[in-house]
Amino acid sequence: MEGGVVKKFLYVNRRAPYGSIYALESLEVVLIGAAFEQDVSLLFVDDGVYQLKKGQDTSGVEMKNFSPTYNALGDYDVNKIYVDQESLEKRNLTTDDLMALTYEDEDDDYAEKPSIRVISRDEVADLMEEQDVVLSF
Amino acid sequence: MKFGILVNEGPYQHQASDSAYQFTKAALEKGHEVFRVFFYHDGVNNGTRLATPPQDDRNITVRWAELSDKYNLDLVICIAAAQRRGIVDEEEMKRQGKDASNLAPGFRISGLGQLIEAGIQSDRLIVFGD
Repeated sequence: MEGGVVKKFLYVNRRAPYGSIYALESLEVVLIGAAFEQDVSLLFVDDGVYQLKKGQDTSGVEMKNFSPTYNALGDYDVNKIYVDQESLEKRNLTTDDLMALTYEDEDDDYAEKPSIRVISRDEVADLMEEQDVVLSF
Repeated sequence: MKFGILVNEGPYQHQASDSAYQFTKAALEKGHEVFRVFFYHDGVNNGTRLATPPQDDRNITVRWAELSDKYNLDLVICIAAAQRRGIVDEEEMKRQGKDASNLAPGFRISGLGQLIEAGIQSDRLIVFGD
């Protein structure tokens, strides 16, 4: 689409899904950006880990529950979703509390595989270091 | 160096717009190229021509427009974020059946693809936000 240039894009999601619009509008960038066929990763840190929590119910705050959209990321070839372990632990969360996001691996007979990888702070630093473009929301 | 600039916060409420402006101006004065300034989230409010800050304060929108005029700088407001917040150009006014438009001179409204393109085309994409 852009003359074959493929860059490594990292979207850093730092905020809770509701309370501000950052999470929702960040997800909109990811979905639009997927059409550009770049090498995309998502990172969830701090309160951003709440964006992936399963069983979200927004009826009390009368906001749109957009969490089902994360399930579609695999269909957009967005399948590298990193979660900071320390952020989970500080909030007494485990991967069992998160949505089971998956993608179909076209290199492995379209086997369904988990998209979420929990990584350490050191690995977060390495992940950021290897990117061309870091978008922080 | 070729820079892309992303502004994620509204003017006055937050310093991000000022910092982005100062950075962009300094880069251009040093002879660098700025591929595009993209306004997202409340950053789209940088592009309203209806703001009237006090006379003895900076006018952030006018300042961007002057920079755009001097350096042919591409100032792009995200259409999805703008629609939510009521930033409207002539075309959107007609399309959405609104009775007014408020986009400032020097700015244009376009899609999020313009942000991704700025990331691809620039040597560095700098994010100004909270």
